[in-house]
Amino acid sequence: MGDCNETLRELEQFLDDELSSDAHDAIHAHLEGCTDCLEAFDFHAELRQLIAVKCRNDELPPGLLTRIEQCFGEEG
Amino acid sequence: MADRADFATEAMQYAGQLYSAALRMTRNRADAEDLVQETYLRAYRSFHTFDEGTNLRAWLFRILTNTFINTYRAKQRRPVEDDLGDIEDLYLYKRIGNLDASRSAEDTLLEMFTDDEVKQALEELPENFRLPVLLADVEDFSYKEIAGILDIPIGTVMSRLHRGRKAMQKKLTEYVTERGLVSRSVDEAQIHG
Repeated sequence: MGDCNETLRELEQFLDDELSSDAHDAIHAHLEGCTDCLEAFDFHAELRQLIAVKCRNDELPPGLLTRIEQCFGEEG
Repeated sequence: MADRADFATEAMQYAGQLYSAALRMTRNRADAEDLVQETYLRAYRSFHTFDEGTNLRAWLFRILTNTFINTYRAKQRRPVEDDLGDIEDLYLYKRIGNLDASRSAEDTLLEMFTDDEVKQALEELPENFRLPVLLADVEDFSYKEIAGILDIPIGTVMSRLHRGRKAMQKKLTEYVTERGLVSRSVDEAQIHG
């Protein structure tokens, strides 16, 4: 089980789901015993969700889909 | 995919995602609409090059990104390369992490920022950093997919994500500081203390 600094260095790759399963499990094991790191990880997981939700909710302009389909029609 | 009509039907389900991403890229509605329309047109014309069984969404985002870079980059005033400066790790967490922990369950991080603030924090990133953060944090693509979409090495994806995310956190910190949710930053306290 790594120490806190090592664990925090892997935070992004862990949340991005880009670690090997061994490395992922090691982080998991550390988080189970370390409230400080767990809080930091939870915070960043929530932050990422915040960004995903708020940056992806734009309303499609009326008529855009129709215009695209018209383009397809003209292309044949 | 059997024919163009099938392709069109399949591809149209991603219009909303592509439009939101186009807005983050171009930062204005008229250009975003044009960009999405152009993306679909290019995809429609080259649908025969799409390798069935591979990821259609990633393929469309690659076309969107290339079209943006080739067509709209010239219109953007900002330089492509920007120096983000040195920003410490866990920037936002070190400033509002405690605040968040002490708040009630329903009053979470999600309610601390408006939609416009989060969008603006992302849109203000220089393009080199904005595109990887958009593709990872908003669109949930893997490092490998992002490397393919942007045509850059995976190591570059990771370092730009790391630096771009910190810069975005710094911007978000400014919003909560302005609103008085947290006192002036640690840095200032050190300078004036």
